[in-house]
Amino acid sequence: MPSADRAVASPPGSRRRIHTLAFDDPSRALAAVRALRADGFEVDDVHTPYAVHGMDEALGLPETRLGLATLAGGLLGAGVAFGFQFWTHAVDWPLVIGGKSPLALPAQVPVSFELTILFAAFATVGTFLARRRLFPRIAVTPPSQPGPGVTDDRFVVLVVERDAGFRPARLRELARELGPVETVEGWRVM
Amino acid sequence: MSAGAERVEELILGNPTFSQVTNEIASPMERRPGPAWWGAFLTAASVLTLGVVLIGYTMSTGIGVWGLNRTVGWGYDITNFVFWVGIGHAGTLISAILLLFRQRWRTSIARAAEGMTIFAVLCAAIFPLIHMGRPWLAFWVFPYPNTRGPISVNFRSPLLWDVFAISTYFTVSLLFWYVGLIPDLATMRDRSTGWRRRIYAFLALGWDGGTRTWQRYEKACVLLAGLATPLVVSVHTIVSFDFATSVIPGWHTTIFPPYFVAGAVFSGFAMVITLLLVTRKVLGLERYITASHFEKMARVLLTTGMIVGFAYATELCIALYSGNRYERFTFENRAFGPYAWAYWTMVACNVLVPQVFWWARARRSALVLFVAACLVNVGMWFERFNIIVTSLHRDYLPSSWSYYTPTLVEMGILLGSFGLFFTCFLLFVRFAPVVAFHEVKLTLAEQRETPHAVR
Repeated sequence: MPSADRAVASPPGSRRRIHTLAFDDPSRALAAVRALRADGFEVDDVHTPYAVHGMDEALGLPETRLGLATLAGGLLGAGVAFGFQFWTHAVDWPLVIGGKSPLALPAQVPVSFELTILFAAFATVGTFLARRRLFPRIAVTPPSQPGPGVTDDRFVVLVVERDAGFRPARLRELARELGPVETVEGWRVM
Repeated sequence: MSAGAERVEELILGNPTFSQVTNEIASPMERRPGPAWWGAFLTAASVLTLGVVLIGYTMSTGIGVWGLNRTVGWGYDITNFVFWVGIGHAGTLISAILLLFRQRWRTSIARAAEGMTIFAVLCAAIFPLIHMGRPWLAFWVFPYPNTRGPISVNFRSPLLWDVFAISTYFTVSLLFWYVGLIPDLATMRDRSTGWRRRIYAFLALGWDGGTRTWQRYEKACVLLAGLATPLVVSVHTIVSFDFATSVIPGWHTTIFPPYFVAGAVFSGFAMVITLLLVTRKVLGLERYITASHFEKMARVLLTTGMIVGFAYATELCIALYSGNRYERFTFENRAFGPYAWAYWTMVACNVLVPQVFWWARARRSALVLFVAACLVNVGMWFERFNIIVTSLHRDYLPSSWSYYTPTLVEMGILLGSFGLFFTCFLLFVRFAPVVAFHEVKLTLAEQRETPHAVR
């Protein structure tokens, strides 16, 4: 997932050494993220069973702009609905019903309202899924997930070695202080 | 409750660990269903089959097999439609409106209520479809390029607004429900093996629980809730327009939109209470769906019941005060005419029965809740029956006055819709987490952090 908040660029497809610190308590995971970042480590992600509030701020993530997609979808829906109703009733095949003008705007409000909501909802969910690369998969385990525990009761902090200046010894030292229930070092293709 | 003291009520009892939450909520899906589930499922499926057969009979013979006549053109069928659309409203209220108001008590019950919404809208959609008489031509209600001109549908007709309202409501509810399910499907994926794992993995869309995903996910849910809130208000408003924009005394009423929306929430909560009382018992979820959840739902029932009661009184006053003799006759006829039995059933069930919830003991008694909620369901069905049938059966022309009695076919189709509803719900509790893992864990974490001031 290329995004502005990931500071160090790495060529795609390269193997990187990763460190994971698994906690059984959300506040310990939060404290760990703050301590690691204070010490100059770049925390890649924290995988959690639920949305731990404050974790995005601890990671320094910017506010999401998903609302813009909702707005765009809504405007498109309203435009399409009003435009289509006007086109069918006033342009393509004008019909006089009950003596009303071809552009009976109040009567067009309900359908336009519904289509505004419908388009906005699809735009929101579609943008969310597309931007987070969430799509139906055959693979039974997502490669980006550090172990099955993160959908149960584990809060896993992920640190990737991205440059030569990385201090693995300092990380291990910090990890001992932070008290994770499990630490794993491994490789991952990024 | 003493003034000023912060009273923290436990929404999840016994402070379970996170993995206990996962295990306890997932276990009904992982063990073989017991005789209670099979008994309920076979009953529901049989009733559904009866409904399907009777719909088939109606379609092959024509809707003359119903009790409708020249004066009463809308009977059971449209009553059922409005009833089922109303049932769905509580689900969206719990999942969307209570989310926006940050009501934590929604977390344990939101999933089941949302499921209920989808199944109820499904049941509702059947009725206008079969009322067409030729449902294979139902696609005519959508504007599409055609060989009849091409002439499009009449966008100024409230019945067409219904098409858009109901289909949008169904689609957005389904979307909201599915988005809510994604993290929980991932939990199920990580717990299961074999073909079940493949299916859950396919549906979980590669969810990995990363913080970036969670951040956007929460935002998406709030945005969807913000969209669903005006949507749910619009749906029953538009359903009420079917009546309110006509010129039939008893239908042509400006009070209808708010009155219908309040009634929908009222009947929906009654159905949520009925369903969840049974679900939590059968699935052993007493730790998550607690007496305090039911207490709060009973308060909603009491409030919306009084709004509905107020609407009934307003209708009567306006009918008297307007000086319109047709309007006045319709309401006198509703209360004292041939259908007075239906009117007073409605008043008793919807206005009197919920008053029991002034007492805390009643709000916390499973038996009282169950009986009262069932009676409210009956009452709200009769509300729609009253609006539709009693307004129609006394025409402007006394020579065409008539009485409508439903046939067994119509009753069987109503029963069949309940069969569909319960069949869907029973399958849902077998294959999807009926309580949201991630939302309960969040509530649990917040509950641990909050100091328990007064207990």
